[in-house]
This record gives sequence, C-alpha cells and structure tokens, in this order.
Amino acid sequence: MSIANPTPRQIPDRLKGLPERALKSWETLLVVVMVAIFTINSFASPYFLDPWNLSDATFNFTEKALVALALALVIIAGEIDLSVASIIAISSTMMGMAASHGAGAPELVLVGMGTGLVCGAINGWLVTGLGLPSIVVTIGTMSLFRGLAYIILGDKAYTQYPDGFAYFGQGYVWWVFSFELALFAVMAVLFYILLHRTSFGRVTYAIGNNPVAALFSGVKVARVKFILFLLTGLMSGIAAVCLTSRLGSTRPSIATGLELEAVTMVVLAGVNINGGSGTVPGIVLAAIIMGLVTFGFGLLNVPGIVMSIFIGLLLILVIAVPVIAGRIGQRRKAQAH
Amino acid sequence: MNALLKYRELQLLAAIVALVLLISLRVPQFLSPSSLGNVYHDTSILIILALGQMGVILTKCIDLSMAANLALCGMVSAMLNIAFPGVPVPFLILAAVALGAALGSINGLLVWKLAMPPIVVTLGTMTIFRGSIFLLTDGKWVNAHQMSASFKAFPRDIVLGMPVLSWLSIVAIAIMFVVVGRTALGRSFFAVGGNSNAAVYAGINPGRARFRAFMISGALSGLAGYLWVSRYAVAYVDIALGFELDVVAACVIGGVSIAGGIGSVPGAVLGALFLGVIKNALPVINVSPFWQLAISGTVIIIAVAFNARAEAKKGRVILRRAEAAA
Repeated sequence: MSIANPTPRQIPDRLKGLPERALKSWETLLVVVMVAIFTINSFASPYFLDPWNLSDATFNFTEKALVALALALVIIAGEIDLSVASIIAISSTMMGMAASHGAGAPELVLVGMGTGLVCGAINGWLVTGLGLPSIVVTIGTMSLFRGLAYIILGDKAYTQYPDGFAYFGQGYVWWVFSFELALFAVMAVLFYILLHRTSFGRVTYAIGNNPVAALFSGVKVARVKFILFLLTGLMSGIAAVCLTSRLGSTRPSIATGLELEAVTMVVLAGVNINGGSGTVPGIVLAAIIMGLVTFGFGLLNVPGIVMSIFIGLLLILVIAVPVIAGRIGQRRKAQAH
Repeated sequence: MNALLKYRELQLLAAIVALVLLISLRVPQFLSPSSLGNVYHDTSILIILALGQMGVILTKCIDLSMAANLALCGMVSAMLNIAFPGVPVPFLILAAVALGAALGSINGLLVWKLAMPPIVVTLGTMTIFRGSIFLLTDGKWVNAHQMSASFKAFPRDIVLGMPVLSWLSIVAIAIMFVVVGRTALGRSFFAVGGNSNAAVYAGINPGRARFRAFMISGALSGLAGYLWVSRYAVAYVDIALGFELDVVAACVIGGVSIAGGIGSVPGAVLGALFLGVIKNALPVINVSPFWQLAISGTVIIIAVAFNARAEAKKGRVILRRAEAAA
C-alpha cells in the first residue's frame, strides 16, 4: 500500500543532539497529548481521579494493547495481520469447548495460547511459505477463523468456566493493579527488550525498510516474518484468555472489530503503516491515551460510537498534522532564502 | 499477458458454472432461470461495490470505508425521503450518489494531497462515516412504514423481465467496462498501480488518478446505499457492517491484484457472483448459514494463492533462490 516517494532519502551528516531529538520525537508528542487528556478529564468529571476508577479504565485497553504490541512488530516488518480479533474468537471458542469437557484453569490457558499459536503459524505459513500478500491472507483467515467459531457455536454460547479461571481477567495482583495490567506491563518490557535491545529487533526494522536489502545482507527474512506472525497469534491467544476470563462467556461474535482498534493503536503509536519505524514506548503511550479517552468519554456519558468518531479523527489527524506542519515549515524556509 | 488474464476469467466462470451444476444435482430447481435471476438480483449490490473497489485497488490503494459510506448515504436518502415524500426517487438516487462521491473524494484528497496511506485514511473515515450516522439519527432506525411506497418499490420494479436493481448493476458494469478499458482514466489506473514512478514520467499524476478512483468508488457506494436501504426497507447505524471485506474478497477472487495494476471488470463481477452463488446456495442445500463465513475465508485464501501464481514476477531475478525466500 505504499506510495512510492520519488525524492531520494536525505541522510544528515550528523544526528542532532539528544535533547532536540527527544523534544521533537513522536513519543514526546504522545506524552503531551496524554497529559492534556488527563488534565481535561480530571476537570470534566470529579470521578476521574479515583484510583479504582482509573484501575477500571485500564480494562478498556489492556487486551487490545497486548495484541497491539505484537501487531506493531508485524507492521514494522512491513506486513499486517487483520485476523487478530478472529484469532481471539476461535481461541476463546476452543477454551469454552475445553471447559465444557471439564478442563481446569491451567489447561484452558494452554488451549487459548496453543490455538493462537496454530492460527499464527497458519498466517505465517501463507505469507512466508506461499509468498502471499499479508493483507489479503489475513482478511481471508479473519473470515476463516471467526467462521470456524460460528460453525462450532452457531447461535449458542459457552458460559461455564471453572472458578480459578476468573483471575486472569478479574483478579488483582496488588491493590488497584489488576492481573491484566501487570501482564501488559511485563509484556511491554519484554517487547521493549525484543525490539530495541536484540538483533531480532534490528532485523525487524531492516526488513520493514527494505526487505530485499535485508535479504542480501544475510537476514532470514521469511523466518523472521514467520516468527512475528507466530508471536501475534500467541499474543492474540493470551488476549483471548484475558477477555474470556473477564467476560466469563464466549460467543462467536466476541472481540468483533478489535483488529481495527489495534491497528489504530499501532498507527497512533507512531508506527509507520508501511513498515520500518516505531517504538514500544509509543505503543504503551498510545494504549494509555486510547484508554483514557474512552474512559473519560464514558464518564461524560458519551456513547461508544461517538468515541469511535473521535478515534477515527485522531487516527487521521496524527498523520495529517505532522505532514501539514512540515509543509508549512518548508514554505517558511523557502521564503526565508 | 492479456490472453492469460482472459484465461483466468474463463477459469473463474467455469468454476461458477461447475458450482451451479453441482448444486443443481441436489436441488434441480436451482438451475431455473428465475432462481438464477434471483441469485444475480441478490448479488447486484456486491457487484456494484466490487466495481468501485476494483478501480481503487488497481491504483494500489484500498477503500475500507465503502460499507460505512453505503450506510451513511442510505440513511441520508431515507431521511430525505421522510422529510420530502414528494421528491421523485431518481432525485434521491442522485443525492445519494453525489454524497457518496463527496465522501469518496475526502478519502481521495487525503491520499492525494497529504500522501497518507490509503489503509489508514479509509480505516479512519470508516469509523467517522458510521459515527456520523449515529450523530444524524441519535441511533434511531428508519423503518419500512416511514418510507414512501415508491422509495421501496423502485429497485423491485420489473422492466423488460428484470428488476431495476439488476438493470442498474448491469448499467454500472457497462459504464465501468468502458471507463476502465477504453478511456485514458482507466489506463491511468493501471499505470499508477503498475509503476507509479513510470506513470509520472508518462505525464500521469498518480495522486489525481487515485483521487478519481476513490471518487468513483464513493459514488458507487452512494448508489449502493440507496439500493440497500430500499431493498431491505430499513436503515440504521449498523447496516452492511463489515461488508467492505466481502467487497475486497470479491475483487481478490476476481483476480484483482492487491499490489495494484492487475485486474478487470469481468473478473471483479465474476468474483462477486462466485460469492453470491455460495451465499444463495448454502440454505438451498441445507447447510447452516453459519458455514458461510468460513467458506468465504477459505475461498479468499485459495483465490489469492491462484493470483500469486499467475502474477509471479518474471525477470529482474538476481538471486533466484533468495528471491523465492523473500
């Protein structure tokens, strides 16, 4: 989906100093937006600054954010996975089926994660093994995975889950910190290390910037992409465990539309949709921003669909504003000369 | 290349014919002209949308906002019908088409002037369009009894043995066939999608070509919006939810390459018909409708695998083994 840019890329002789780079970075902008939303919300509603309310607000984004962490890596590598919500649906269905056959909580977690891995492997094989475009493949598997959930469940639902299973979506680790939030924090650290501190992460950026050059540099492009799809499947499976445990039931329509929210989160995080750039801190910030916006609007009784307009506008504006600002800056420079 | 493409469409046609024959083995009535006519009638809206999506995909873009655009235009035409019951239906259709084109050109302008990735733009406008329906209606439904009789009857009116809806889709096919195959605009779609840098050197403005593709897809979504609402005689926020993926699927099955520059009008139409036949056949052969989603998913994957084989790049192979791995 990339638009070819005919002008060659400019590489500066020397990178600007750290303070200036940090000030102009996308993450700084996100922090500013986050603080602004936080401030506005605390003035708009007296119920906002309550630790338990804020803790409840984190449930708005943790599952999506778990998926977004892995999805961001896939997008950085220049691919996309639109089937994540359907993977959640089929994982949740398999868990429900296992529960109805008497599986306990630990087995259910394994079933959820295992189903996610299998789905990720299918996506990965179709994209890397057969060399098919990921956007179409995952539109296909999106129908296929959710379709399987519909075949198994039809218009029924699984509602019987063992007692210990509720902890993953409803339990608290300490005080107001839920298990989901703690899990997200741990995963964010792990993904930070993976993307920013390992050669696997460097290679992911390299593939996103230029897969052919990466290949000629000896990078096993296909294997890296396969692992990324596997990882996305696994994270979707984990998200399915949390979501199923939180809702306590499984319908085939579970998590409908989550893929678009996850993609929105990733783009908001500053990840280039064409691949090659993006950071884990950006994803964490974007997740918190989307959570705060949803929660704040919720306190003000704004209906969900109006929030989605706001998210849609945000998605377009965060990309459009820097482009327009850059153009104005260039014009000023041209006039100054 | 052209012969090969024609061959692909023939393959798809053969697959559809085989599918229809297979179904008629179990249910002979399926083969009757009126039953086949019904299948076409039922698929008409998908065909109209697939034509628009095809133009966009040809230019290496994608329009995920089509279904939301359809829903918004459908709602507006229904509300216009309530507010001005005397206005003849053709004017309402024109209004829906114009609104659709305007919404499509928003997508087009963002892609053209701000060079934004089409998938992000249309993902954003998708939620904005659908949200606007809620703002417009407060979530209320427009029900059949509120619409005028002519508003509901128009697509069903029989002209020369076929309903108007089917005729409209045939007209749309004919127009798009001429536009894509016989005009400079159509050629520019292929040029931009095939190699946008080369298109620039050939004097084509890729941004403008994309803008026009989005405007056409918007206009066709608007038309489909009126048709959808009058056919099902109801309008609410969630009509045609997720239908954009069916439309993309129809194009992919029809051999339109998601990488741009490859595709044809007959292909897109046949792709839509293939999905339409499956959808209409399932209840006839007593398969639960819950199977439909999984079947269309499988068909999409098989179709894209076929496409990839047909498009396999020839030439420019420096490292054969490595290229295959990438």
